[in-house]
Amino acid sequence: MKELMANLKKQIIEALNLKHLKPEDIGDDQPLFVEGLGLDSIDALELIVLLQQQYNIRLTNPQDGPKIFKSVKSIAEFIQQHQTA
Amino acid sequence: MNFINQYCHIRDCVVTHQGKEFYTGQPSTLDNFMEEVYEFLSPAYPKFYKMDRLSKLGFLASEIIVKDLPLLSRYTPEQVAVVLSNSSASLDTDLRYAESLKTTASPALFVYTLPNIVAGEICIRQGIQGENAFFVTEQFEAKQMADYVDLVIASGKTSGCIAGWTEVLDDHHDIFLYLVENEKGANGLEHTAEQLQKIYTGL
Repeated sequence: MKELMANLKKQIIEALNLKHLKPEDIGDDQPLFVEGLGLDSIDALELIVLLQQQYNIRLTNPQDGPKIFKSVKSIAEFIQQHQTA
Repeated sequence: MNFINQYCHIRDCVVTHQGKEFYTGQPSTLDNFMEEVYEFLSPAYPKFYKMDRLSKLGFLASEIIVKDLPLLSRYTPEQVAVVLSNSSASLDTDLRYAESLKTTASPALFVYTLPNIVAGEICIRQGIQGENAFFVTEQFEAKQMADYVDLVIASGKTSGCIAGWTEVLDDHHDIFLYLVENEKGANGLEHTAEQLQKIYTGL
């Protein structure tokens, strides 16, 4: 789980062009949107693309997005569930 | 009479302000150069990194022409307009987006596949809510730009206007951004087509 979260942080920084951040700047439980990292709706779409490209996971229900993309930890848990399913 | 109170060029990886050298880097690519200028200006605006090249160049030039006197220190957001032009529209980003379609379409690129997004980025950064226009012409049309900006100011709702030429395609870039106001600033130049052509060409 720790390794997965570390990789995710690097991938999020790369995919979302967050060049002002380092992986250690992103907390595992830190909210990604609004008051946290300040990501927006376009970033959410890029996160969906990231899941598809890097983990071969397609979001089937867009309404699950806010829950899945709440933090790096919630994304990692979602990936783990799909990889073990 | 209106006045060109500030102007900036970004060409061949050299930035000039009021005709004088402002920044010259030793970049390997245009992308590196733009990040160098951003770091030099240090505007603390991380959204810069997400922008396409057209928006990055427009953003950097606008930062330079308002850096000494922020627009909203003397105008309401509605009193400032943005009028831009170029010849390649958003083709630089359109081509990158088309390339991304070969794998997975990039939403972050897609949102920049319109040329007037650069005007929007400048407005968001500077807090501008006045008129916006973007013209696509083969070359910088000094008379058209001068006439249009004068018309916008003559409407009575606009007192200041960020205007100019924002051209980028591949590594070729030619940015000429200027601030027109209805009051003359220090070293202000008369806002005429002849004057614009003169400072655009750097003569």
